[in-house]
Amino acid sequence: MLKFTPDHEWLRLDGAPDAGVATIGITPFAQKQLGDLVFVELPAVGTRFDKGAVAATVESVKAASDVYAPVGGEVVAVNDKLSSEPGLVNAEPTGGGWLFRLKVADTGEIEGLLDDKAYEALTADKAG
Amino acid sequence: MSAPQATTELRRTPLHDLHVRLGARMVPFAGYAMPVQYADGIIKEHLHVRAAAGLFDVSHMGQIALRPRSGVVGDVARALEGLAPGDMRGLATGRQRYTLFTADAGGVLDDLMVSNQGDHLMLVVNAARKEFDETHLRAQLSDRCIVEPLVDRALIALQGPAAEAVLAGLAPDVRAMRFMDARAVTLLGAVCLVSRSGYTGEDGFEISVLAPAAEALCEALLRDPAVKPIGLGARDSLRLEAGLCLYGADLDESTSPVEAALEWTVPPVRRASGARAGGFPGAEKILSELKSGAARRRVGLRPDGRAPVRAGAPLFADAGATAPIGMVTSGGFGVSLNAPIAMGYVRTDAAATDTQLFAEVRGKRLGVTVSDLPFVPARYRR
Repeated sequence: MLKFTPDHEWLRLDGAPDAGVATIGITPFAQKQLGDLVFVELPAVGTRFDKGAVAATVESVKAASDVYAPVGGEVVAVNDKLSSEPGLVNAEPTGGGWLFRLKVADTGEIEGLLDDKAYEALTADKAG
Repeated sequence: MSAPQATTELRRTPLHDLHVRLGARMVPFAGYAMPVQYADGIIKEHLHVRAAAGLFDVSHMGQIALRPRSGVVGDVARALEGLAPGDMRGLATGRQRYTLFTADAGGVLDDLMVSNQGDHLMLVVNAARKEFDETHLRAQLSDRCIVEPLVDRALIALQGPAAEAVLAGLAPDVRAMRFMDARAVTLLGAVCLVSRSGYTGEDGFEISVLAPAAEALCEALLRDPAVKPIGLGARDSLRLEAGLCLYGADLDESTSPVEAALEWTVPPVRRASGARAGGFPGAEKILSELKSGAARRRVGLRPDGRAPVRAGAPLFADAGATAPIGMVTSGGFGVSLNAPIAMGYVRTDAAATDTQLFAEVRGKRLGVTVSDLPFVPARYRR
């Protein structure tokens, strides 16, 4: 199940054998707001982030936007496909367009994220 | 992800309802609600303009008629030469020219188009500068000219290789117009002021039309399968590829026409030893720079990698240098080139084509190469 941040990132906690590892991306709402992406800057594997730190940058034709770490942890994988196909984030924001995977430092931080209903409520008045 | 900015009370163009019906995403720009893109998105919109034709709403721009109190249009041209370094007196009826309002210190107050409509001059100025320009014109020219903002008009641009064929479907005589011709043309019964010009590097037309007739005209143009509506996002990526300046980014009061590589806007007749040398604000500095060069220059920049280099990024002569030698003023993605592109100001000794420089982006030094402008060759019908 996906969890969300008010900053429009999503997080999915992977099951075994990767327990404690979360996949992270930006939401369908976010990709629509940004428009066509032309560049994605991803962190190096092994980088550690605190919750809320700038972990990646997504760039549309018009502007660059920071992507924050939804929870603290260490980067264990990044989506290398995005270097040649940044548009994957637009096409499949919660699928093939994932950004990076974190070994979560404190799974308790995931509890504090929004569920789908709460995130939907947050974006409902901004849609368009 | 960082949040988008909030929308406050915004003015609407006469085409607002059409944009909404066409599925535009509206954003604030220069105090107006403007379409940044439609459903297709910026990449497809940009490529469509280069391949066929795009329709832009640029009604937020200022349209100002300058009428002679004497009844002689040449008197308006003469007066305008006191504010701009162009050859306004040499502007024939039915012709349009790009020029600049200069400041006493030699900077640029605005860039604009001027056309000779026979009995008056018509100015098209930047949206964010129109109130300033009106005040400036009134303060400087009211004794000789009537300054009349044309607030009841929309301005639309039809741009791209199919633009001529599309517009000729409504008025066949536009085929006879050349680049920078400007004349009255009747479109669907409405008398419009049409110029063969634009802000994309493509052939095309800009059409000033009375507000009540604007929507029907746009709908008629959009019925042609070659035409799609294009938002401000693609307008910016198209003009950047065409190497055209954006006022407030690449031009402002701190940039001189020579620094901006716009020497060509100062014709021989207004230069030292010309018949009407000087006589515009900042002439002393600008004419001196024309003779001896300026300390910095606007150049094109091609980032080496895939990462866009945006406005505000400092530029360095080498990867370890601590003192910047310039700054990026416009940067983004050249959709037709499928590569990042930028423009900026660099010290003149670093301005030669193919000079290797470094831009600082998010704390990293990225290689950029000084490149000739435009990035994409213009296709005007001269």
